Amino acid sequence: MSATAGRYRSCSTGERPDGGGPLHTVIVGNGVTGVTAATRLRQLQPDWKITLVSGESAFHYSRPALMYIFMGHMTYEATKPFEDRFWRDQRLDLVRDWVTGIDIEDKQLVLHRNGRLPYDRLLIATGAKSNKFGWPGQDLEGVQGLYNLKDLRQLYKNAERARHAVIVGGGLIGIELAEMLHSRHIHVTFLIRESSYWCNILPMEESGMINRLIEEQGIGLIRETNLKEIVDDGSGRVDAVVTEFDDRIDCQLVGLTPGVSPNTDLVKATPIETGRGVLVDHSFRTNIPDIYAAGDCAEIVSRNGGRNLIQQVWYTGKKQGKAAGEVLAGEDTAYDPGIWFNSAKFFDLEYQTYGMILSTPQPGELHLYWEHPSHRHAVRVVGADGCIKAFNFMGIRARHEVCERWIAERRTVEYVLDHLEEANFDPEFFVRHETEIVRSLKEQLA
Amino acid sequence: MVSAGVIGLGFLALAVSLLGSMPLAGAWTPFLLSFGLLSAGTIGYAWFAYKDTVPGIKHDGIMFGNTTHRGAIAWALGIALTGFYVVLYWWPEYLARAIALVEPLSLALSGQPANQWFLYGFLYTMAVVLFGFRMFMRYRHNRYHIIRTISVMFFQLVLAFILPHLLRALNEPEFYFSYFWPLKYDYLFPGTVDYLVNSPGALGSFMVFWGAVCSFIATPVLTYFYGKRWYCSWVCGCGGLAETLGDPWRHLTPKSTVSWKIERAIIYAVLLLIILTTAVLWVSSTSEGALSAISAPLQQWYGFYIGAVFAGVIGVGFYPVLGNRVWCRFGCPMAAVLGIIQRFFSRFRITTNGGQCMSCGNCTTYCEMGIDVRAYAERGENIVRSSCVGCGVCSAVCPRGVLKLENGTSHGDRYPGSDKPLGALSTAVSKGARVYGDREGYV
Repeated sequence: MSATAGRYRSCSTGERPDGGGPLHTVIVGNGVTGVTAATRLRQLQPDWKITLVSGESAFHYSRPALMYIFMGHMTYEATKPFEDRFWRDQRLDLVRDWVTGIDIEDKQLVLHRNGRLPYDRLLIATGAKSNKFGWPGQDLEGVQGLYNLKDLRQLYKNAERARHAVIVGGGLIGIELAEMLHSRHIHVTFLIRESSYWCNILPMEESGMINRLIEEQGIGLIRETNLKEIVDDGSGRVDAVVTEFDDRIDCQLVGLTPGVSPNTDLVKATPIETGRGVLVDHSFRTNIPDIYAAGDCAEIVSRNGGRNLIQQVWYTGKKQGKAAGEVLAGEDTAYDPGIWFNSAKFFDLEYQTYGMILSTPQPGELHLYWEHPSHRHAVRVVGADGCIKAFNFMGIRARHEVCERWIAERRTVEYVLDHLEEANFDPEFFVRHETEIVRSLKEQLA
Repeated sequence: MVSAGVIGLGFLALAVSLLGSMPLAGAWTPFLLSFGLLSAGTIGYAWFAYKDTVPGIKHDGIMFGNTTHRGAIAWALGIALTGFYVVLYWWPEYLARAIALVEPLSLALSGQPANQWFLYGFLYTMAVVLFGFRMFMRYRHNRYHIIRTISVMFFQLVLAFILPHLLRALNEPEFYFSYFWPLKYDYLFPGTVDYLVNSPGALGSFMVFWGAVCSFIATPVLTYFYGKRWYCSWVCGCGGLAETLGDPWRHLTPKSTVSWKIERAIIYAVLLLIILTTAVLWVSSTSEGALSAISAPLQQWYGFYIGAVFAGVIGVGFYPVLGNRVWCRFGCPMAAVLGIIQRFFSRFRITTNGGQCMSCGNCTTYCEMGIDVRAYAERGENIVRSSCVGCGVCSAVCPRGVLKLENGTSHGDRYPGSDKPLGALSTAVSKGARVYGDREGYV
């Protein structure tokens, strides 16, 4: 058997120490990280046994598409990136079960229904869970977060009787939830701690565009206000929320979306070290041999004593999954986060960012900003030491590859402005704003 | 509500005209009353449904809709549409009053009395124009869709409806300038060529010339530069109806690998069949009927099963259950020809934006040609599938701005092996199944 493995790969790190043949890799979680790791591992180790365990869903689906199921844009079936036969074709075994424990001694997983599952290598990709800050009434009926299929099912039920909903916390999931409820003609009030939507991440101008958008859609936005408690209607259901200023807002649904935290429930009772997430090095190794963690649940320990890395967006989950698959296959891979990028859509406004832009200009940073009078398009160019550092695009699509290359090549801000058109990724016949943008940004530069 | 009322009144007027017993021929009033009210109502409906919304993609509730997601209304509509085609092709006598109703327009355009094909052309054009207006409202944030919709409306209204009737008025043979071989299968049949050339006026020769140029020169050249979209979603009448009237059902196209296999088998079979039919007819004609025992039944057979049953009855009648491009996807030989050129030789491709795809699947869901766009996007590959008609909706529905329709500066950078497209084509023909980008080759 080991000869078979060797046929595919020159290095034989993947074989059992006793030379007993292909390894059995078990991946807990079938989200984007777990699945990407599995497919990458399959590419590199064609004859290993690979098992994915998930209690949430039988097949992998795209979590960001949850909102489109609720809004009726897509069916659940359509959110599955792979046809069901893909898993059989690729010999990726799927186990629908919850993992309740890890027996590290015997290298076995304890499953809720199906007994025990032995592994040679284990990848923990259990994702994240919604934050709850111990508000009074947070467990009432009608109060929920939005992260998984169970939440979605609950939302169907809760939305049925809701005429007015309050969403607490102004992140990306919050605005998605607002859009979802809005599509069902449920009146939504946003309750945010900040003075402006997502202004802990976005600079004031971009954040302002979204405030305007939220209000244009007819959604209430209450700023600089904390939730004090959620009020019971006497039957265990939510009746209203009360803010810290003792304002009462009647509602039948409360969406709690103050971010997510790594889901470490599974490893809490084990010797696997955790901080905020499962602590791993840049090759996703935990402190226990043959156990790895990646994706939303992982906390990558910084090599130079800086801040640990917890990345909880789709793209990093995918990137981490790919690297983790290589590590599992026995390759000597270290995760390189690369140049940061992200994208989102706030109702109908698309947002793309390349490079890291903090909400306030950092010392030594040069911020150039252009916004269309319609407030539907904006560009922010950030430089440092004369070189390009980052971009924000609102309502204009930008070419990932070009922006990334400019940042990597440390192009000057002048060069970038002169070539800004190359970065445009808007559809054909769209009105181009580059002339205006460049003129305005150059004036600011001068 | 008002628009619904106006549509209701329109239907009432239509019903009275069709079911009543008063004479209709030549009278404008019932025509204007029924179709005028229907048009005003439909336009009003689209206007009021979208005017107060923020421009952008609005697919809310499509999957819950009885009409839009294979509910009872959808099936009823499918049966009604199919039934209309069946009556139109085989029992036009039942449409006598409807034909009489549109007679004034026919007389005004061509001076000829209306027949069932005039009625069909009129309804078809009306659908493209009215639902084209709906497209304007629905996609008003997106200039690609507005311009493309103006284009299909123009080609249907002017080149496929008004111009042919004006030709008849001028005593010239009727001719549809925006259709040609192999889609319009009889334009290069010997019989048609003779008829066109020998009809009154000198225009006939020009038409034959035009048909040949479009079939054999314009098709490859334009497709090289712009992909098949220049025709399928900008010019073609079948495409025009699919893009306008069919838009509410575009997400119903089957997306599985199995459906893709069926599609390939049928569409190339139809292409072979039309080439064979044309060739046999020409041989038969030049050899004074040597093959007429085969050619005549073949021509009839193709005209009946492909031209009428497939393109008409199934192609449009199945919109509400199988999506808006049933004929284009599974049957059209023109699409097959354009598709081969597009797939292997064209500059057109849909590019994907770096690592930005989050596999949500909106692109695949709303692809009217059943292409699994997501499978390419999540791998960051160009989409160069032969069936892509370049409608651009995948790009419009993508919430992360990942997809863009592009005509590159050459065709040599679209897919691995595109520097030797003939080699790639012959490999695809000889090996068949393993088409680049096939899901089966994913890992």
